[in-house]
Amino acid sequence: MIRTRITFAKTPAMRYTGHLDLHRAWERTFRRAGLPLAYSEGFNPHPRLNLASALPLGFTGACEVIDAWLEQDLPLPDIQAALQCALPPGLQVTQIETVDLRLPALQTELEASEYSITFLEPCPELADRVQALLSALSLPRQRRERDYDLRPLILDIQILPMGASHPLDGSGQPQLNLRLVAREGATGRPEEVIAALGYDPQLVRVHRNRLLFRVG
Amino acid sequence: MHTPVEIEAFLERTLLKVQKPARYTGGEINQVVKDWDHIATKIALVFPDLYDLGMSNLGLAILYELLNQRPDVLAERAYAPWSDMEAELRHASLPLYSLETKHPLAAFDIIGFTLPYETLYTNALNILDLAGIPLFSAQRNEGHPLVIAGGHAAYNPEPMYPFIDAFVIGEGEEVIDEIVDVQQAWKRCGASRQDLLLSLAQIWGVYVPSLYEAHYHPDGVLSHLEARFPEAQLPVLKRIVGKLPPAPTHFIVPYIDTVHNRAPVEITRGCTRGCRFCHAGIVSRPVRERSVAEIVEAIEQALANTGYEEVGLLSLSSSDYTDIVKLVEAVSQRFVGRHLSISLPSLRIESFSVDLMDALKDSRRSGFTLAPEAATERMREIINKPVSTGQLLDTARAIYSRGWHNLKLYFMIGHPSETIEDVQAISDLCKAVLAEGRKLIGRRAQVTAGVSTFIPKPHTPFQWVPCDTLEQITAKQELLKRSLRGPGLKLNWNSPEDTMLEAWLSRGDRRMAEVVYQAWLGGAKFDAWKDRFRFDLWQQAFTAVGLDPAFYTHRLRPLEELLPWDHISTGVRKKYLADDYLRSQQGVTRDDCRERCYACGILPSFAGLRRLNTGDVWQCPEVKSPQGMADRLHPLAINK
Repeated sequence: MIRTRITFAKTPAMRYTGHLDLHRAWERTFRRAGLPLAYSEGFNPHPRLNLASALPLGFTGACEVIDAWLEQDLPLPDIQAALQCALPPGLQVTQIETVDLRLPALQTELEASEYSITFLEPCPELADRVQALLSALSLPRQRRERDYDLRPLILDIQILPMGASHPLDGSGQPQLNLRLVAREGATGRPEEVIAALGYDPQLVRVHRNRLLFRVG
Repeated sequence: MHTPVEIEAFLERTLLKVQKPARYTGGEINQVVKDWDHIATKIALVFPDLYDLGMSNLGLAILYELLNQRPDVLAERAYAPWSDMEAELRHASLPLYSLETKHPLAAFDIIGFTLPYETLYTNALNILDLAGIPLFSAQRNEGHPLVIAGGHAAYNPEPMYPFIDAFVIGEGEEVIDEIVDVQQAWKRCGASRQDLLLSLAQIWGVYVPSLYEAHYHPDGVLSHLEARFPEAQLPVLKRIVGKLPPAPTHFIVPYIDTVHNRAPVEITRGCTRGCRFCHAGIVSRPVRERSVAEIVEAIEQALANTGYEEVGLLSLSSSDYTDIVKLVEAVSQRFVGRHLSISLPSLRIESFSVDLMDALKDSRRSGFTLAPEAATERMREIINKPVSTGQLLDTARAIYSRGWHNLKLYFMIGHPSETIEDVQAISDLCKAVLAEGRKLIGRRAQVTAGVSTFIPKPHTPFQWVPCDTLEQITAKQELLKRSLRGPGLKLNWNSPEDTMLEAWLSRGDRRMAEVVYQAWLGGAKFDAWKDRFRFDLWQQAFTAVGLDPAFYTHRLRPLEELLPWDHISTGVRKKYLADDYLRSQQGVTRDDCRERCYACGILPSFAGLRRLNTGDVWQCPEVKSPQGMADRLHPLAINK
């Protein structure tokens, strides 16, 4: 048994595939690749795949991470080559390594996520609103009928200069970079930040640039 | 016309606002995208319901793969948008588009609808409307796509006759090529749309309704169907393939969950059992089988191409597949340990079926399904599904003792000559089965009864009988709801209104088309969806058109009456159906016709094809008659 850690991009072709369906897309990718994915024991065996962090519907990601357990110890280049031929449009593997079988689950190691936001519409007073948000001591919000404070979940917001070269640019509209807390039970959501800024969260494109894991 | 770029820009702003946006994006693995500007014939294959359902339709998957193999053809997909997406499209004044390249449907040469069931009719109209294509065939000109339709509901095409330019009656694998050829030749010579329709009418299996006119007696019964052009065939014989072509294996794998998210492999087509209520059993004759080797190879290929974790071995009656034991052995040996689930639906009621499922290492999660269809031996003889109650209980015992907890039993109410005792017997039988389960596995045993309502379908031995009325159905269902209850018992049933709609549409004549149109104008769509179906709209449509729905559904039709679908030939003789109907009234059953041929008419209709495909490829006897007039492939094949 080996545990492989795969860094991958989720591109626009799969933007509207949710977390569970992404999990299944990975299972089918391994099956098409003919790689011996390990399954859990028991009455209802599940493939041993572990995604670091759910990417909400509509988001794309540059550096998503998944752990996959294989029954056989195969050379990494072979695994990578087999996956490469089997990936669906919408997934690209950027890196693959083997990690210690005993490492904790990826989700428990996640600290923060970095997003870039591209607006599809003009967004007046952006700089002022960002400043106001960052200056606030608390940002009480409600999500799914639960009150919470968004402010401590925001680590940083930066406005990118217009026309900055971004993979999703093309609208000529401004872009933001967000760094948000992404710990279990304390996850900042980019669409909440957009809403808190007073813009329509449906009229932005969200791209997750990076997942930041606990070091050591 | 709108461009793909405009449609993409619209999607960019819209998709986050609608439910399950992946229904509208395409881009899945195994989709085929060709160079639009360099392809002669562009075909949109349309399933007139949601993507989530349509993606599991095997018929369209077959055509998609076959058509895209032709270098001069591209086939793309479209489905009915859900109401939220429809509202967005209409608000933006944008047309329905294809998933692959986002071209408006009106930009295609051919729109091919599949109509596997009747409750899709209003959705088909809605899709034409969303595409900006005139709803009525007569209003389309040379610049509009050719609108064709096929599928099992097309065996009575009349309720949709003014909306569809040409129906394909029967199997699509070969005829679709001929339709494309005719369309290409027509386009090259720049002739009129009427010329195209006349050419299409000469293809075996194609029915062009505008070439005929229906005449009625004063009492509303069909008097005759007049062929207005020499090209118009009477009757129109269904198209079949002599041998099943290689099974499709490049299924598009959806990015979201769909109803049957699996690789389907058709092991046989047709059925020899002769259940008298069964539409599919008649229209898909003769039985043709794929070999074990072919099936195993198709599974292997499909899995390699898709990565699916589930395989469905499809047929109307799996147990009747000639080499079923060899097939199950081969499949279980080849695919063991691959964490696959393999489903083998439509098994006979005998304990041997439990052995088959056991060999496939079924996970037992989904329960075991049997379809006795009726609960008394008398009733099962009338419908020609003779199984003794003892045999059913034996099978139930085998199922519970081999690890399944839930036994699903399918029944129908409303069979001809059914009494209230026959309905009560459904409840009694379910309880008897549960009692057997209790003895073996205690309180874990469950019985789920699925009780639907019989509809006398065209082309079956029961096509003359009336349907139960709403009141009768309701009374029978109330009885079941009262008596079929208690721990371990579950009852599912169809709403009586759904049954009525399906009955009207499946038994309708040309005048029903006006009802379909009026219902759609009134807002009817997604009639197959419980929460969308509006019975009142259909009642209003009947009133507006001045037709009495009871004329179609609650009238015992005399055997000599000309039926609205009599000009469509399934190859089975009407006389055979009538004989079988009379036998049912005497409680006389017919055996599996593999044992003995009852001369249903299939062999003389397709003698030439049978002669070309000898041996076990067909489960009909060999043709013994000397080669003669009946031996051509088809009356029209001579002209080609």
